[in-house]
Amino acid sequence: MKAAVVVFPGSNCDRDAMRALTLATGQKPHMAWHGDAAMPDVDLIVLPGGFSYGDYHRTGAMAAPSPVMREVIARANKGTRVIGICNGFQILCESGLLPGVLLRNESLKFVCRPVRLKVENNQTDFTVSYDKGQTVTIPVAHGEGNYFAEPDTIKKLEGEGRVAFRYIDNPNGSMNDIAGIMNDKGNVLGMMPHPERVAEPLHGCTDGIKVFQSLLKAIG
Amino acid sequence: MTMSPEIEKLIAEHNMARDEYAVLLRVLGREPTEAEFGVIAAMWSEHCSYKSTRVWLKTLPTTGPQVIMGPGENAGVIDIGDGQAAVFKMESHNHPSYIEPYQGAATGVGGILRDVFTMGARPIANLNALRFGEVSHPKTRSLVSGVVAGIGGYGNCVGVPTVGGETNFHASYNGNNLVNAMTVGLADAKRIFTSAAAGIGNAVVYVGSKTGRDGIKGATMASGEFNANAESQRPTVQVGDPFTEKLLIEACLELMGTEAVVAIQDMGAAGLTSSAVEMASKGGLGIELDLDKVPLREDAMSAYEIMLSESQERMLFVLKPGHEKEAEDIFKKWELDYSVIGKLTDTGRIVCLRHGKTEVDIKVDPLVESSPVYNRPYEATPVQPVLNAADYPIPAGETPLSVLKTLIATPDLCSRRWIWEQYDCHVGTNTAQSSGGDAAVVRVEGTNKGLAMCVDCSPRYCAADPVMGGKQAVAETYRNISAVGAKPLAITDNMNFGNPEKPRIMGQFVGACEGMKEACIALDYPIVSGNCSLYNETNGQPILPAPAIGGVGLMQDISKMMTVAFKAEGESVLVIGETKGHIGQSLYLREIFGKEEGAPPPVNLTAERRHGKFVRQLIDDRAITACHDVADGGLMIALAEMALAGDMGCKIDAPATDAGFWFGEDQARYVVTTRDPDALIAKAEAAGVPFMLLGLTGGDKVVLAAETVDLAWLRDLHESFLPDYMEG
Repeated sequence: MKAAVVVFPGSNCDRDAMRALTLATGQKPHMAWHGDAAMPDVDLIVLPGGFSYGDYHRTGAMAAPSPVMREVIARANKGTRVIGICNGFQILCESGLLPGVLLRNESLKFVCRPVRLKVENNQTDFTVSYDKGQTVTIPVAHGEGNYFAEPDTIKKLEGEGRVAFRYIDNPNGSMNDIAGIMNDKGNVLGMMPHPERVAEPLHGCTDGIKVFQSLLKAIG
Repeated sequence: MTMSPEIEKLIAEHNMARDEYAVLLRVLGREPTEAEFGVIAAMWSEHCSYKSTRVWLKTLPTTGPQVIMGPGENAGVIDIGDGQAAVFKMESHNHPSYIEPYQGAATGVGGILRDVFTMGARPIANLNALRFGEVSHPKTRSLVSGVVAGIGGYGNCVGVPTVGGETNFHASYNGNNLVNAMTVGLADAKRIFTSAAAGIGNAVVYVGSKTGRDGIKGATMASGEFNANAESQRPTVQVGDPFTEKLLIEACLELMGTEAVVAIQDMGAAGLTSSAVEMASKGGLGIELDLDKVPLREDAMSAYEIMLSESQERMLFVLKPGHEKEAEDIFKKWELDYSVIGKLTDTGRIVCLRHGKTEVDIKVDPLVESSPVYNRPYEATPVQPVLNAADYPIPAGETPLSVLKTLIATPDLCSRRWIWEQYDCHVGTNTAQSSGGDAAVVRVEGTNKGLAMCVDCSPRYCAADPVMGGKQAVAETYRNISAVGAKPLAITDNMNFGNPEKPRIMGQFVGACEGMKEACIALDYPIVSGNCSLYNETNGQPILPAPAIGGVGLMQDISKMMTVAFKAEGESVLVIGETKGHIGQSLYLREIFGKEEGAPPPVNLTAERRHGKFVRQLIDDRAITACHDVADGGLMIALAEMALAGDMGCKIDAPATDAGFWFGEDQARYVVTTRDPDALIAKAEAAGVPFMLLGLTGGDKVVLAAETVDLAWLRDLHESFLPDYMEG
């Protein structure tokens, strides 16, 4: 599996994503600079967490129209797997690759804590290494993770099994306790929790590495 | 001396002493321009010159085989083996954080980050020490809310994990809270950068945010006391932009990875003034700046304003000839403003031009050499009596466990989760342990080594006996670092005191230095960087003195890292160190009897060293399963914290039942758990380390004699205080 991690100005989990990918695949990903439209052929694109463009305007709003995202959108539409973590999820929503928006946390405060999630759908390229219904613990760290979409959209996401992860302890007020969703084709996943932060024994928990292992299994 | 009204006004505005102005005239040989006055006043301010404290700071131990660079540069540098170095410092942003809590705290974090990456180190962790007024004070809630949000807002965005810290509440901080921020960075020991300029004719390059009118006179503001109109000083507080800081970190580290850089200095207190003077002075050269080339937010800024602006996220470089393009490419890549604003000269003068006119022309050396130094009169703090614990028994109708329930929900002992959950503690994915334990531990990337770090100070001890308090602050960091299994290597200090012109306050400072010095020597634990914040008074009321100590230690094998949590049922619980029941200045005495009295617990540095070494060896041998330093609230609080962290109870059957035993704050103690108590006891006896068996882990209750308390209940008390308070 060949992977690329996009680096926007203000990304700060880019190196963390690289480390988790390297742990899971034994291969270092390509680091794609936001200003470059050209990207090598890859099987997976990671939009990492952080504060792209300082969260100015709206989270993810400035990154969505950047040159590299035109390429990411084109590749996603052709079926390349894309995972957006935290700010990456916000960018996916802003760029239209995923429906809905991420509002400010209900508490109006930034929240960093491990949260328990339920793996709702383990028949996806991102979750195949988990058991269905498995409870996993993956930390969140965000100020705007409160997922919101129109009722029709929520209904569709739920009906089509596109809610990949659901909070057991909802930390931000997300509708239907949504922690991670996929696009209709199932090749784009956005999630607020950070799987790269629970990827090796040092982290005290390795529940997150399975996201990357799943992709390896699915892609080969 | 007669002075023009303009000069009189400048002197008053800048908190300059009149005899300092006389020296200024002598150095300059003429009346200064407004810009020159501003430059000199800032350089000679307490904040920049350390004029009241320098004679005492010089007495502190700053060397050792582990020290690569001690105080004098932007941050201290220590050797952590394998050609790697840890770079760290702590700095205060007290006055700004009181005036404007969010921005004051945020820019405090930004400033200390710059001090560290200026040295060529990638910041890998932030910590902080916060002290607020009493919770009943009407301002406290909004200050806590703003300061915590500001620290999080900045640190989270730049992507440096905030991994630890401490927070206290006390009435003496009602009008003057303390915000001390510490950053630890990682560098290649052979590639440490400094500010000393070199190479006549070399370009001086400005990079980062544009210069605006924010923070002008910040350094002089921080060098005076507050009065009732503190809020009117809000315009002196800087406004931070962590996004630009993040770009600046990446751009500077990328540039420092090339061969282009001769010298680098961030623009902190007193802005362009101090960075330019610093570079020229350390390099023994002159510097000529064309202020028209400085990127400005507002065109109409005067030379004075440009030189004294404390706009954030700005850096000054001296580049090697021929490398200008290389630097330009990097700054353009990171979309940062940059400009060649001047060059190095052989004149030994700092010369600043604005609109073609020379606004500043001062010889640097005399300016720096004539910087005032005061050996201020000081009075030793009167000795407090040692209180007898028997005079403060557990009140009738109360028991040790009922007192525990009271104490664990007090402002100084309740859970700080409400605070640290607002900080991203995982970014970087090297955090092995963060807030809630004794010390934070961050992996040295690419190795199995861990850096342990913590911040400690007990201001109430320092007020009662500054010498003992200074000693205790150093010793407590030593203990906290030992408790996670790391060898304590060196410290940074952040000296927060009142008005040094009052002999009583100066006496506190002198005493604290004396105690710190003694502890540093006894523990082989030198001071490599530091910062002083004086004049922490409002309407003449000084704060409790707070020499906050940031400690850094190293563990070779991070897989051996210890935590405070009880791990398994049926393990023996022991206390290492002697429990005498020292009640004076304890939180028990304050919270149960309403008394802040007596001498603080004595610190036996020989015992600290021996017990610390003993505990580290136990951890290295994997002979214990949990370890916690005994501090505020004494033994009972330590046990409760371990039980709560592990979500596992304990059954205690120690013989004593008196308050001194359970709540006394004797030093040099650790609570540990082990599967093999006999082996541990044999080791303790062989090492001559006092110990006492306390009981066994297990269950979901803390059990003491016939009494029990459910952990769930205890957790609720412990966790709910701060969120409930903040909800108002």
